Amino acid sequence: MPGVRRRYLREMTGQGEVTERGSKTQAHPPRGGSFEGLLASREIAITCGPGGVGKTTTAAAAAAMAACRHGGRVLVLTVDPARRLAGALGLSGIGNEERRVPDEAFRAWGVVPRGELWAAMLDTKQSWDSLIRRHAPDARTRDQILANPLYRNITGRFVQSHDYIAMERLFEIHSEGTYDLIVVDTPPSRHAIDFLDAPRRMAEFFSSKLLRWLIAPYRSRLVNIASRPFSQVADRLLGTQFLVDISEFFVLFQSLYDGFVQRAEAVSRLLRARRTSFIVVTTLESASVQEVESLTREIQKRGLHLGAIVLNKVLPEYFASAMLAQTARELADRAGSVSQSLGGEPDLTERVLREIADSFLNFNVVARREAKQQQEFRPASDVVTTVPWLDGDVSDIGTLLRVGERLWE
Amino acid sequence: MKGLLDLDLVFVTGKGGVGKTTVAAALAQLAGRRGNRVLVCEMDRSDALTTQLEADPVGFTPREVTPGVFAMTMDTEASLREYLKLQLRVPIVGKIGGLARALDFVATAAPGVRDILAIGKLCYEVRERHYDVVIVDAPASGHVVGLLSAPQAINELVKVGPIRDQTDWMVEILRDPGRTGAVIVTTPEEMPVEETLELAGRLSRETVVPLSAVVVNRVLPELFGTREEAVFEWLLAPDRVAKISESVGGDVSLLFAGARLAVDLRRTRAEHLERLQAGLDRSVPVLLVPYLFARSEGLRATNQLATFLEEELGT
Repeated sequence: MPGVRRRYLREMTGQGEVTERGSKTQAHPPRGGSFEGLLASREIAITCGPGGVGKTTTAAAAAAMAACRHGGRVLVLTVDPARRLAGALGLSGIGNEERRVPDEAFRAWGVVPRGELWAAMLDTKQSWDSLIRRHAPDARTRDQILANPLYRNITGRFVQSHDYIAMERLFEIHSEGTYDLIVVDTPPSRHAIDFLDAPRRMAEFFSSKLLRWLIAPYRSRLVNIASRPFSQVADRLLGTQFLVDISEFFVLFQSLYDGFVQRAEAVSRLLRARRTSFIVVTTLESASVQEVESLTREIQKRGLHLGAIVLNKVLPEYFASAMLAQTARELADRAGSVSQSLGGEPDLTERVLREIADSFLNFNVVARREAKQQQEFRPASDVVTTVPWLDGDVSDIGTLLRVGERLWE
Repeated sequence: MKGLLDLDLVFVTGKGGVGKTTVAAALAQLAGRRGNRVLVCEMDRSDALTTQLEADPVGFTPREVTPGVFAMTMDTEASLREYLKLQLRVPIVGKIGGLARALDFVATAAPGVRDILAIGKLCYEVRERHYDVVIVDAPASGHVVGLLSAPQAINELVKVGPIRDQTDWMVEILRDPGRTGAVIVTTPEEMPVEETLELAGRLSRETVVPLSAVVVNRVLPELFGTREEAVFEWLLAPDRVAKISESVGGDVSLLFAGARLAVDLRRTRAEHLERLQAGLDRSVPVLLVPYLFARSEGLRATNQLATFLEEELGT
């Protein structure tokens, strides 16, 4: 029932007729410079930015809108360790496997999506295990790696291994060709930079001479590792069992070498490909803006495509108005006499009017600061879209689509 | 349990973007004001902490940035050098030219190596009592558990030897509620509250570090009580809005819309605050600090926050 959706979306935007877009398989008029055009023309969109700016929400909202408007199969993949997306998507828990967001979740808001929205959350450990299974030359090596304490520790405990595995998982899903669009959410930007470099670092690591040198004694079955000064120090520091574990881990991993390096290079290529685009999300707080400026430089330095910048949680424009601020000051000054003229309980009314004026002036300071920030911000992309502060939370599809609407504008 | 400011080692963590660094800086200022010698440590090289203290960037060697407050930036390579020199008296330290490369390499394989070097340095400063209190602007939620559990992780991997002896005393310091505590910073919003509750659970399950306090940042002021709210609704009638607009010589309807947004925001946030309090162990103090409209960064905001924290701590 596309009519219902059109009505719904019209209500959302407060504008006239919303035109239907062709599905992704149909010919598209070139729409350079819009968020919508970006999602229509790319196969992968990666949201990144500082913490707390709403990356996950933006990713989910963009994916939901694309599924509704463009049709096709759209996947939102969240790599953030915290399980936050599930609630907003009406899923009881998103696992490593992709799951479809039921159409009912949309219908509840009077929307019938043209396409399908799928969601998945990255489970680092599971993803690593399946990577090992794929690349291991034989069952014995596979089991040895999976049982190695160092391997278990790295994949289980340390979240940093998210960085590589997220890209790897993205690559895997993309190469299966199941989705028209994959929207990926990333960890905060200091880590997002790590995440951009993860495939290259992974390839470098496994090509490292140091690695070969370190494990050489084990390869030649000369267990007398104490013969090398480095090992001597390491042995004193770490104890022999740990060295055996670590060496075994590297020796085993060497057998995966070719597969890994090739794979990491392919992942790097995919990130640089024109079909992949990065969406930088930020608020207008000065710390976030500074971080984003450096993040966008890094993205461009690496030859990656910066598709759009989303300014999120921006106060409504009227808060910045100097004229309204003047009116608020007048209101505060005349609260007493105005209250008298209104009848009711003048004392109480006066207090309320003062509060209204005060509150406005408070937000006016913030809004002016934000406006200044926005002016000084030199966006590195021609697509800059603003999403206002919501009065509530994004905990359902309706709110998600409301955010999506603002992205689309 | 002793008060927050009586601890020797405080890890300030929380979801990204909630003001974790400002709270760490404010706690340092507060401790400094009371005549303590304070070490405040930034864990990444973003210089965010020194910005909040209006100071030039610092390196691994601490520098006094405000009275009594010394700031440093964690550097795991420098920490390893110091460790090798002080703890083990390894003779070849001077000769390890490729230390940085080797460390980079090992850390790529086992990221916990960096964590143990970082936490080792912090615990070392506590053990040696170089400062009255060490305050750490720790990594965000997902990463802080890795940092705080690094000593146990190493203990599981390394069964004997000097490294093992090293991690044992670290665990002793970290588990002592009279010496060490974690502070989770959050805001009264849905996701930060959810992540705080999740993190509180993970801290108690996966680390030995006690949770000393939760700081709720950016709490919006309450605009109206119940009676005021009724008056506000009454004022919203079109004829009254028109009359007020006429009296003040400007359209007040957007001022009313602004107040409505503020009331709605405040209400949603109050609900999250309740959810937070209900989900936390009752023994964990929840400190509320208000949203600062006038300034959001720099020493002025840090000092204001310090004053609010002092009031909340009630000491």
